[in-house]
Amino acid sequence: MQGIELYLAILVMAVANYFTRVFPFLFYAKKEPPSVVLYIEKFFPPIIMTILIFYSLNQVELSEFSYGSYELLSILFILFLHLRFNNYLVSIIAGTLFYMGLVQYF
Amino acid sequence: MRYSREFKEAFKVSIPVMMGYTVLGFAFGLLLVSFDYPWYLALIMSIFIYAGALQFLAIGFFTAKAGLFDIAISSIFVNIRQSFYGLSVLKKFKKTGWMKPYLIFGLTDENYGLLTTIEANDQLSKKHYYFYLALLNQSYWVFGSVMGAIFGSMITFNTQGLEFSLTALFVVLAIEQYKKSKRFLPFIIGALSAILAMISVSSNNMLIVSIVLALVAMLLLKKRIENAGN
Repeated sequence: MQGIELYLAILVMAVANYFTRVFPFLFYAKKEPPSVVLYIEKFFPPIIMTILIFYSLNQVELSEFSYGSYELLSILFILFLHLRFNNYLVSIIAGTLFYMGLVQYF
Repeated sequence: MRYSREFKEAFKVSIPVMMGYTVLGFAFGLLLVSFDYPWYLALIMSIFIYAGALQFLAIGFFTAKAGLFDIAISSIFVNIRQSFYGLSVLKKFKKTGWMKPYLIFGLTDENYGLLTTIEANDQLSKKHYYFYLALLNQSYWVFGSVMGAIFGSMITFNTQGLEFSLTALFVVLAIEQYKKSKRFLPFIIGALSAILAMISVSSNNMLIVSIVLALVAMLLLKKRIENAGN
C-alpha cells in the first residue's frame, strides 16, 4: 500500500478500534448486554489469538526447507519462556531473536 | 501545573506500563520501517490507532494490500476483548465531561488493568487522575514507537526474521488468554478454522474466512464451551 490507500487503512483501523472501546458506553450504559454478546466477548479472544498465530505464519512454505520447523521450534521456545518467566517482553524479544538467529545463520 | 498531585499519582501508577509500552512500541516502530515505511507513519498510527496487536497486524495489512472492508472486520474482532472493558468502568467514567471520549480511547489492556486493580486515592480529583493516567500511557507508546522507527531508519542491520515478533506477540497473548479461561476448546476451534481457511481460500481472504468459520463453530458449540473447565 502507498499514499492515500495507506492513510485510508489507518483511518479505518482507528475508527474500528475506537468502536470496540466505545461500544459498551453506547449500548450498555443502561441495559445489560444479551447473553450471546457476553459469550462471544468472553470466548472469542482465545480463538482470534490462535487464528492470528496462523495468519502471521501464512507466508511460511511448508514444502521448502526448513519445512516450518524453525517456526515451530521458536513457538515452543516462546511457550517455555513465557510459562517459565511469565514476562511478555522477555518472551517476545528472546523468541524473535531466537527465530532471527535460526533464519539468518542456518 | 494544575492538579499536579493527580499527575504525580498517575505517573507513579503508570511506571510498570512505561517499560512495557516503550519496549513493545520500539519493536513496532522497528518492524514498520524494516518494510520501508517512513518513520512518521509510526507516530500517526500510535496517536490515532493506539492498539498494540492491531498496529503490528496493520503492517501485514499494508504489505498484503488488504481491502478496507476486511481490515475493518478484522480490526473489530482482533480487539473484541476491549469491548468488554467498558462494562466495568462505566461508573468510573461517569461525570468525566469532555475527558470521557479520550478516557474511552485510552482503554488499552494495560490501562484497563490499572483502572480496575488500583483504587485512586479519594482525596484526588478522579477524572484528572484518569486523564493523566491515559495520557501518560499513550505517551510511552508513542515515544517507544517513534524511537524504534527512527532508530530503524538510521541503522541498517539484517532484519530477516524480525516479522516473527508478530507471531511471538500472538503466542504470548494466547497463553494469557488460556490462563484466564482455562479451556482448550477455543484454541482448537481457532486452529481448525484457520487451517480450513488456509487450504480452502486464497491467503488474502484467510483471516476473514477463519473469523466467520470460528464464529459459526462457537455458536454451534455454545454449551460445550461454557461448561468445559468448570
